[in-house]
Amino acid sequence: MTEPTLRVENLHTHFFTRQGVVKAVEDVSFSVAPGKILGLVGESGSGKSVTGYSIMGLVDPPGRRVAGRILLGGDDLCAMTSEQMRSVRGRRIAMIFQDPMMTLNPVLRIDTQMIEAIRAHTSVSRVVARERARDALAQVGISAPEERLLAYPHQFSGGMRQRVAIAIALLNKPELIIADEPTTALDVTIQAQILFEMQTLARDSGTALIWITHDLSVIAGLADEICVMYAGRIVEQGTVDAVLDAPLHPYTHGLIDSVPSRGRRGEPLRQIPGMAPSLLDPAQGCAFRERCSRADSACIDQPALSIPIAGRQLRCFHPMPSAAIA
Amino acid sequence: MPAFVIRRLLQSVLVLGVMSLLVFAGVYAIGNPVDILIDPQAGQADIARAISALGLDRPLVEQYLIFLRQALAGDLGNSFVYNVPAIQLILERMPATLELALAATTLAVLLGIPLGLWAGLAPDSWQGKLIMSGSILGFSLPTFWVGLLLIMLFAVELGWLPASGRGPTTEFLGVQVSFLSWDGMRHLILPAINLALFKLSLIIRLTRAGTREALLQDYVKFARAKGLSNARVVGVHVLKNIMIPVVTVIGLEFGSVIAFAIVTESIFGWPGMGKLIIDSINVLDRPVIVAYLLVIVFLVILINLAVDIVYSLLDPRVRIGEAQA
Ligand SMILES: Nc1ncnc2c1ncn2[C@@H]1O[C@H](COP(=O)(O)OP(=O)(O)O)[C@@H](O)[C@H]1O
Ligand code: SF4
Ligand SMILES: [Mg+2]
Repeated sequence: MTEPTLRVENLHTHFFTRQGVVKAVEDVSFSVAPGKILGLVGESGSGKSVTGYSIMGLVDPPGRRVAGRILLGGDDLCAMTSEQMRSVRGRRIAMIFQDPMMTLNPVLRIDTQMIEAIRAHTSVSRVVARERARDALAQVGISAPEERLLAYPHQFSGGMRQRVAIAIALLNKPELIIADEPTTALDVTIQAQILFEMQTLARDSGTALIWITHDLSVIAGLADEICVMYAGRIVEQGTVDAVLDAPLHPYTHGLIDSVPSRGRRGEPLRQIPGMAPSLLDPAQGCAFRERCSRADSACIDQPALSIPIAGRQLRCFHPMPSAAIA
Repeated sequence: MPAFVIRRLLQSVLVLGVMSLLVFAGVYAIGNPVDILIDPQAGQADIARAISALGLDRPLVEQYLIFLRQALAGDLGNSFVYNVPAIQLILERMPATLELALAATTLAVLLGIPLGLWAGLAPDSWQGKLIMSGSILGFSLPTFWVGLLLIMLFAVELGWLPASGRGPTTEFLGVQVSFLSWDGMRHLILPAINLALFKLSLIIRLTRAGTREALLQDYVKFARAKGLSNARVVGVHVLKNIMIPVVTVIGLEFGSVIAFAIVTESIFGWPGMGKLIIDSINVLDRPVIVAYLLVIVFLVILINLAVDIVYSLLDPRVRIGEAQA
């Protein structure tokens, strides 16, 4: 097996707010191999973005990584100085955000925003940086890139802006790209195009990709592996096919059930009952307990991570009955 | 852009016309200048002669029309007191006021933006809190009181700076200015600080609020995610965004700095338009009052126009909108 690009080990990120400690990320571990796509799925508020920011070293105060290791090609990001971390950001790891309308600075031209991203890491002339910026725009399918470099963000559509953000992420040929719901704000056709392009890109360039989404159907056709997050913890992990075909965790099962599908046309959508729990002072035991049909007295304890089958990980005392395990 | 400027200039002419009417009517409503100008012992015939010499015996409408016709020819009437053209009096005093206002604004900007940035970047530090408390003081202390305090401290107690007057002036680009000589500069410092205080507080608050808001924006996080240095994130990404509201407010407030200069000029005996207008109001020198108000309105209109142009240069979204319109 190849050495993973990124390995996250027992990451804990907490927000020390006035009301108390918000445990946004609790004991999260996963890894991504070069050229592979890891899908990070979960309801909104489950800690996906904070996981991404933790890797980038961009958790806003009052938040802080309190424990764990984040290894990028063997270097522990948690042990780095802020200057070392700055030089990792944008060069070895790039991040793309959810809302393309908000990620580009409205008062700076595209060329400024691209050239600065190159020159923050490599001492090249403006002219050379500009050529690289132009090529990156062309690479993500923006026509007349030379002229578009002179434009301001508001002169682009949402889809085009997200392409610009992707082009910026690609500029320094990073080992890892973290894409935080980058297509959620776009319409379906553009979403499909961008998904396809990103997939090709990861495969061709060997870039590892973490794709954050709340939408299982996006992950299904895209990712190699999947991590399901619930209330700050990863509750189930495995290859996409294995997890989607035979979910073991009741929460994953509920998520799959709530995706509209052709086979069940006409039936009402099945929703997971209840609401995502608050991460501020969570109750003891399994966080899904209140909403779980399989919960019993055992679930008052926090289930540990187990390996029910090779290549799978799970946090549940009573996994779903599944042909795969039986 | 040219069409925009021409449209704005035409609007300005209209505003000036309306203002002239309002100012004229308003000033006419206050007191009778003859009571003040003429020796109370003067005979009935002397008073009548004075009234007719000043044109005060004609109907109000006629007085306004005469005023308007002369105003269009650049003549706003002679001062009752100095017996020279009112506009000339104003224009003579204008450089002193403009210099004071510019010095105060420069001071407010040079101090206000860095302090506001600091308070915005570290709102919970003791420095950030100190800056904010200071700006609340600057807002709430009355200008004249601060002015007297400055005089007491720096002129009377310490004797470092002169208490009053403009000091020697030097010619610069055809106008007399104080700031080029050391002694002139010493005269300028206290009134400039006095006049700057309120604007300084305003700029600190605006800059702080803008900074705090910008720091929460995705584009700042994205800029950090690109690996930019903190200096570049703050100095380019944050600053360029907050400059839009800050420049707009500084520009629009420049008119009020000129108007507020009245208080400062009176306290520090600064020979500008503000001091002139206070003196003229005391003796009901109507032509000077009218000329002053019209000049101020004209200045404010010019400033607003300049602000609009600068604003459209700073904000690309506005620039494009204007081009398409
Ligand atoms: N700045 C913050 N201050 C306090 N809590 C925060 C902050 N940012 C995020 N959180 C907490 O972290 C949790 C996870 O947030 P997030 O990672 O954004 O969720 P997701 O991306 O999965 O929708 C949220 O429930 C929220 O309570
Ligand atoms: S541990 Fe218990 S409550 Fe939690 S998901 Fe499994 S069965 Fe449900
Ligand atoms: Mg999120």
